[in-house]
Amino acid sequence: MSMQAASTQIASRATAIIDEMKALEGPLLPILHEIQEEFGHVPAETLPIIAKALNISNAEVHGVVTFYHDYRNHPAGRHVLKVCRAEACQSMGGDAIAAQISQALGIGFHETTKDNSVTLEPVYCLGLCACAPAAMLDGEVIGRLDADKIEEIVQEVRS
Amino acid sequence: MGLVHEIDYGTPASKAEKQITLSVDGFTVTVPEGTSIMRASMEAGIAIPKLCATDMVDAFGSCRLCLVEIEGRNGTPSSCTTPVAPGMVVHTQTGRLKDIRRGVMELYISDHPLDCLTCAANGDCELQTQAGVVGLRDVRYGYEGDNHVFKKMDGAENFKWMAKDESNPYFTYDPSKCIVCSRCVRACEEVQGTFALTIEGRGFGSRVSPGMHQPFIDSECVSCGACVQACPTATLTEKSVIQIGQPEHSVVTTCAYCGVGCSFKAEMRGDELVRMVPYKDGKANRGHSCVKGRFAYGYATHKERILNPMIREKITDPWREVSWEEALTHTANEFRRLQYQYGRTAIGGITSSRCTNEETYLVQKLIRQGFLNNNVDTCARVCHSPTGYGLGQTYGTSAGTQDFDSVEDSDVIMVIGANPSAAHPVFASRMKKRIRQGAKLIVLDPRVTETVDSVHAKADYHLPLKPGTNVAVVTSLAHVIVTEGLFDEQFIRERCDWSEFEDYAGFVSDERHSPEQVEKLSGVPAEKIREAARLYATGGNGAIYYGLGVTEHSQGSTTVIAIANLAMLTGNIGRRGVGVNPLRGQNNVQGSCDMGSFPHELPGYRHISGDAVRDIYESLWGVKLDNEPGLRIPNMLDAAVEGTFKGIYIQGEDILQSDPDTKHVSAGLAAMECVVVHDLFLNETARYAHVFLPGSTFLEKDGTFTNAERRINRVRKVMAPKNGFADWEVTQKLAQAMGLNWNYQHPSEIMDEIAQTTPSFAKVSYDYLDKMGSVQWPCNEAAPEGTPIMHIDHFVRGKGKFIRTEYVATDEKTGPRFPLLLTTGRILSQYNVGAQTRRTENVVWHSEDRLEVHPHDAENRGIRDGDWVRLQSRAGETTLRALITDRVSPGVVYTTFHHPDTQANVITTDFSDWATNCPEYKVTAVQVAPSNGPSEWQEEYEDLSQRSRKIATLEAAE
Repeated sequence: MSMQAASTQIASRATAIIDEMKALEGPLLPILHEIQEEFGHVPAETLPIIAKALNISNAEVHGVVTFYHDYRNHPAGRHVLKVCRAEACQSMGGDAIAAQISQALGIGFHETTKDNSVTLEPVYCLGLCACAPAAMLDGEVIGRLDADKIEEIVQEVRS
Repeated sequence: MGLVHEIDYGTPASKAEKQITLSVDGFTVTVPEGTSIMRASMEAGIAIPKLCATDMVDAFGSCRLCLVEIEGRNGTPSSCTTPVAPGMVVHTQTGRLKDIRRGVMELYISDHPLDCLTCAANGDCELQTQAGVVGLRDVRYGYEGDNHVFKKMDGAENFKWMAKDESNPYFTYDPSKCIVCSRCVRACEEVQGTFALTIEGRGFGSRVSPGMHQPFIDSECVSCGACVQACPTATLTEKSVIQIGQPEHSVVTTCAYCGVGCSFKAEMRGDELVRMVPYKDGKANRGHSCVKGRFAYGYATHKERILNPMIREKITDPWREVSWEEALTHTANEFRRLQYQYGRTAIGGITSSRCTNEETYLVQKLIRQGFLNNNVDTCARVCHSPTGYGLGQTYGTSAGTQDFDSVEDSDVIMVIGANPSAAHPVFASRMKKRIRQGAKLIVLDPRVTETVDSVHAKADYHLPLKPGTNVAVVTSLAHVIVTEGLFDEQFIRERCDWSEFEDYAGFVSDERHSPEQVEKLSGVPAEKIREAARLYATGGNGAIYYGLGVTEHSQGSTTVIAIANLAMLTGNIGRRGVGVNPLRGQNNVQGSCDMGSFPHELPGYRHISGDAVRDIYESLWGVKLDNEPGLRIPNMLDAAVEGTFKGIYIQGEDILQSDPDTKHVSAGLAAMECVVVHDLFLNETARYAHVFLPGSTFLEKDGTFTNAERRINRVRKVMAPKNGFADWEVTQKLAQAMGLNWNYQHPSEIMDEIAQTTPSFAKVSYDYLDKMGSVQWPCNEAAPEGTPIMHIDHFVRGKGKFIRTEYVATDEKTGPRFPLLLTTGRILSQYNVGAQTRRTENVVWHSEDRLEVHPHDAENRGIRDGDWVRLQSRAGETTLRALITDRVSPGVVYTTFHHPDTQANVITTDFSDWATNCPEYKVTAVQVAPSNGPSEWQEEYEDLSQRSRKIATLEAAE
């Protein structure tokens, strides 16, 4: 597909999402979520489309997208692993766990492996403090992380 | 002299009536409810340290420097976000506060370069000032670790550092100096209403971002300068300040672009203009500005400006530079010869809407007293003459009814045939602010203009009428109001002539004015007309603002009357928030009309046939005045072609470019024997001139401009005229050369004569203006402080007059040969014929006029975006490049007229308003076809331009 055709397709899919959701109260965040769900990230070319539809400026949409860590400006790996770095997990050895994960995957935080299998991200509290240290793989939470569980995670993302 | 100092109260004033008394550091202060502690404290003379607060925008509470302690309350609240309360006891300076402020400041400075001595803001930096204020003596943190200051850290790239953005021609953005106070972002949103800036990211990564992390020039920024004004550091700085340095004195004056009439401080270093800064006490602009007034003054020193008088025998000769004396004697002799040879009425003149009231007054005086005829006209002929006629007939005055502040109380704003976002940007910002607060907007315009779909201020109703159908649509609004019983009977009975109303009501109730019928000819869906009418009639305070899209039609005067009727029907006249307001195009077009520039009127709109009025001037000027109206501009040109009109003095107007049917204008000018052009540049009209008198800019003279709200604003001289004389001096010298005994030493003496002879200006004098800042006429014994709102208890003419408004389609109709309708307009960065703005950096935004064509019409004709197209009407043809857009409806094309090589007025016809001859610029039937390049006319024209602009080089002395 040519570049232009690809961007026309992104525009039409984004427009469909926006049309469906713009009547919501406070529609910007739900639209951005849905767009990220659709494309795996929020493509830059969708920002002016959203702005025009909601009668707000490009700058405002950009401000919101860049404020929230969850919105990506490029696609993530096939899997996304979020490791909690907040206080409760830290108190249960979270820092060491995080370092082990990083080492096992061979990447740092905010990075994606070369084979595009996994993206590693920090998160600040998953609400799973009782089971600290915690992580979340592709939306599924995992509690009481230890060496075995890390190995399981690595196996899963590599498979 | 020094800089004009303005107090920054930190937060905007509260409008509440209830007063609150509190104590600040032991001083008692009383302020309106809702005032912040910061502002109250400033009122008491105590300045609380601050960085993120400034009184142009709402409080934000982010810098944490303005903390105070309040007895009986915990903690240290920020004084900008905390409103006053009765009996509150505030301490602004305690040991605890001092420590906190110093700590905060230390953090700010730890991520800010310490290059103060070489910084452009040195001496005008709030960060520097506040560091001094809080007693910062040490920064313990150093610059190791993360920072935004250095390009490289220990030899490695610092990815947090961002390069300076110099893309805007007038200011720079240096992110390394930014303290992320958000003042620029808030100014862009709250003051300007463009929302072009945001804070991207979060925490330490927060940065100011134009658009989507774009250079300023590629973002949505309209370069109004509000952000530069708001910035407390050197992050956003005028390039002129970087080049020249800080100003040392400033003078308050008035912008010379549009009819908003913004007040500015001209900040000077010696006689060099460093920058123009909008003046907060300016009652028209309240501290805001646009790209033209704030930045586009470079034309004043442009190399093409002509500084020496020039004459030539024939227009094919090269120009010859001569002394002022020779030029003026030559002109006087020529004018006398023409009158002797062809008769008293064979010469005339045109006053300028760009010059001061005093200068305009002198030009009409020269014509009436010196030429002994009334052949005087002004460019208002081609813009707002129907306003003068329509509002004069219905209400009794030829001017808008409100001040600009009034829009703050409007609930429903109807904009007809105007695009304030482009043509009156500072008013547009004030209007949009009100819309964001909840006012409703109705726009009648053939195009989807910037006013229709502006962010956060979208029109609730856009009625995209076909050009030329204004009368039908506005009358149809009245039809709905009358037939649905939405009119204000009490108001009409008290304030208007009831029997005239009954006649009018009967007229508009006819089925042919119903939205359903009008839909067929205007293309506006009937339901939209009905809903818009209901909203205007019942939505609270309804205000109408209109522009040249109303007046520049064959039925321009009728539309103005229809608008006036609408306001009377609904009782929307005579108080704040309502009214009928023409948005005047030029800085002093109101004033030039006020000053007797029309052939039938003496100053103050008094008809020349009135014996009592003529008596006043006859006894003062010592001559007998002609009691018959003289020639209008089109009549002068007709008479010239016929051979009975031979000489003209044109001050500051380019009729060849701005008047309709260019070929007719050039034929008229070519038939004259002495054309005198008094202007800054060899403009298009000067191609046919025999005498060129160099003009002076608004920076080089004293005087007054009267803006669209009738406000008389002072213009103050900040530098000596580069051409030697202010325009009023040149006119005086010409009068003296013609034998008149004029001896004005200063423009204030001219104003004294105006006040002495014109009742609506009776109390106006320079002393009074200095004292009051500005006044709105009428300003006399009855209204000593001027008149912000007119027709308060009764109409000026007595009873408001309803007049029937029958729609008559223009003779300019589409047909098989010319199937499209052309309409014209403006763009934000350029001004009118562009003589000034084309000679500034503003050309980066608009370097050529483009023809907007709907995709449907373009496809039918095989036109792609950017293609050269031929635009052809019954009058002529030209070529320009196409811009494919759905802003215009199918069947309608649109262009701007800022560039002379486009020659849009070669296309426009000589149809004009039935009452005032205002040309029908806004409707021309045209055809559009692909083309290879410039038309024959454009090539000939370019060729003649080259030849006619030649100035003979002086022969070297032997």
